[in-house]
Amino acid sequence: MDLINAIVALLNFVLIPATAYGAQLALGALGVTLIYGILRFSNFAHGDTMAFGTTITILFTWLFQSMGISFGPLPTALIALPFGIAGCALLLLMTDRVVFRFYRAQKAVPVILVIVSMGVMFVYNGLVRFIIGVDTQRFADGERFIISARDFKEMTGLDEGLALKSTQAITLVVAAVAVALLFWFLNRTRTGKSMRAFSDNEDLALLSGINPERVVMVTWLIVAALATIAGTLYGLDKSFKPFTYFQLLLPIFASAIVGGLGSPVGAIAGGFVIAYSEVMITYAWKKVAGYVLPESLAPDSLAQLLSTDYKFAVSFAILVVVLLFKPTGLFKGKSV
Amino acid sequence: MSDPYSGRGNNDASIAKPGPRSELAGAADGTAKPAPGAGPFLSGAGMTGGYGKGPDILHDCTIAVDRGEIAVIVGPNGAGKSTAMKAIFGMLDLRGGHVSLNGEDITALSPQNKVRRGMGFVPQNRNIFPSMTVEENLEMGAFIREDDIDATMEQVFDLFPILRDKRDQAAGELSGGQRQQVAVGRALMTRPKVLMLDEPTAGVSPIVMDELFDRIIEVARTGLPVMMVEQNARQALEIADHGFVLVQGRNAHTGTGKDLLADAEVRQSFLGG
Repeated sequence: MDLINAIVALLNFVLIPATAYGAQLALGALGVTLIYGILRFSNFAHGDTMAFGTTITILFTWLFQSMGISFGPLPTALIALPFGIAGCALLLLMTDRVVFRFYRAQKAVPVILVIVSMGVMFVYNGLVRFIIGVDTQRFADGERFIISARDFKEMTGLDEGLALKSTQAITLVVAAVAVALLFWFLNRTRTGKSMRAFSDNEDLALLSGINPERVVMVTWLIVAALATIAGTLYGLDKSFKPFTYFQLLLPIFASAIVGGLGSPVGAIAGGFVIAYSEVMITYAWKKVAGYVLPESLAPDSLAQLLSTDYKFAVSFAILVVVLLFKPTGLFKGKSV
Repeated sequence: MSDPYSGRGNNDASIAKPGPRSELAGAADGTAKPAPGAGPFLSGAGMTGGYGKGPDILHDCTIAVDRGEIAVIVGPNGAGKSTAMKAIFGMLDLRGGHVSLNGEDITALSPQNKVRRGMGFVPQNRNIFPSMTVEENLEMGAFIREDDIDATMEQVFDLFPILRDKRDQAAGELSGGQRQQVAVGRALMTRPKVLMLDEPTAGVSPIVMDELFDRIIEVARTGLPVMMVEQNARQALEIADHGFVLVQGRNAHTGTGKDLLADAEVRQSFLGG
């Protein structure tokens, strides 16, 4: 019985939250890795791109709520999501048009574009704060739990409760659909294949008649979709705060690099590696250990390796270790 | 600082994807106009120029190929053989001379537009999409085509049977000779009117080289003009209808393959006696 309680506690506090967080990171890392593979630079504005897409989604969510439109038990934000994606895509295409395209025409090397993306990051940073402010926004509505801890306890008679938030389930389902669509697009459609060709060998792609500006445009559109979905899911699951999204940049980059930059499969794997490490290292294991270990060995302290305030140190440490010992990442990124 | 957009020595692959800069992106584009007089099917006449603002590499250099022929460009290292071919393709800045294809002056067209006009080009290096399968490589070759490409793909598989067996394998995993076959096959997928090969046998074994030459002859027999740059001058001139010997960016000798092979001076200086 104690063992079952331990497993339930582990599921409730570690595995389920980490899986949802991992899916959110994976979607973010996919966007980073796509830009790296096709536009050849690391886009530091990605966190704020997510914040902008989420901002637009929230505005539309409020609009729909005020109009009395709802999605039944599901959050209204899911109806607003396509509008958020469209707004984000518009912003990215405009940015590409007025900023990045200039540097492509100058044949600027990728590292210049990295610095440029930092400038873009600051602009988006300000833009989001102008529109929605710096405060925390909660926009999740609909059913909060699929299984609440109390129902679970009553159902099973266990001491430990298992809660499955609807936002966690939605995160997993939406992320799975988005990833499946992305892989189908990249591997099966003509445009998707032309993007992979461009990422593989730019000059040969040009010699095959692939239009680079079109590849770049489609890339930004996909990135806008991935970033807005990732940001909205994160905001639904936790809450929306512009500064948090800026901070998400670190775990997202860590995910993309751990998986191998340029490799979409790697980005997904990296997202989960980072999420599980972060949650497991900052989780207080006292409760689980109390169930599993004999009483004499049960820890007195919280058995928490790092305070949650330091969770970014985890992704940073993993990033450094990967760059030192396996710089190509788990899935052999194209380079690094 | 001469170029503010250069990398200033950054080699950090974790923020910027490494690899050579594109040679083609941003190439000048103009329009085609009728060429004066009837010349060979594809010709670069009196070409003078170099890369960017650098010094001239070609000096009044002329190379050409006519319908149903194989033209071969040979010469010592650094003679500008590949450069001459790239000049025809619009990859360097010409300060003199004209490029014409099928009675049209296409000097000002960008490389992409030259592909659309029917020029198939196989670069010497980086001439495949390594992470894509053989079949996807061929599909990408036919990207500009709107019609059904299956028949052309069958023809390429008939020409290079090994590719049919390896169609689902990543092209980057193939041997050197097989990669060259993928590269030539990719160029053939556009159904070009002229095929340009930049050292197709570089870095392959002599046996594979003979086989590649046989395939190239087979391609030329279908009526497709082939222009190629070759290091292996003797073998190349043996299959050539026309040969161009370049020295320091200038035409040194021009003639049929047989004549050049028989020419005492050419033999002594380039073919080892």
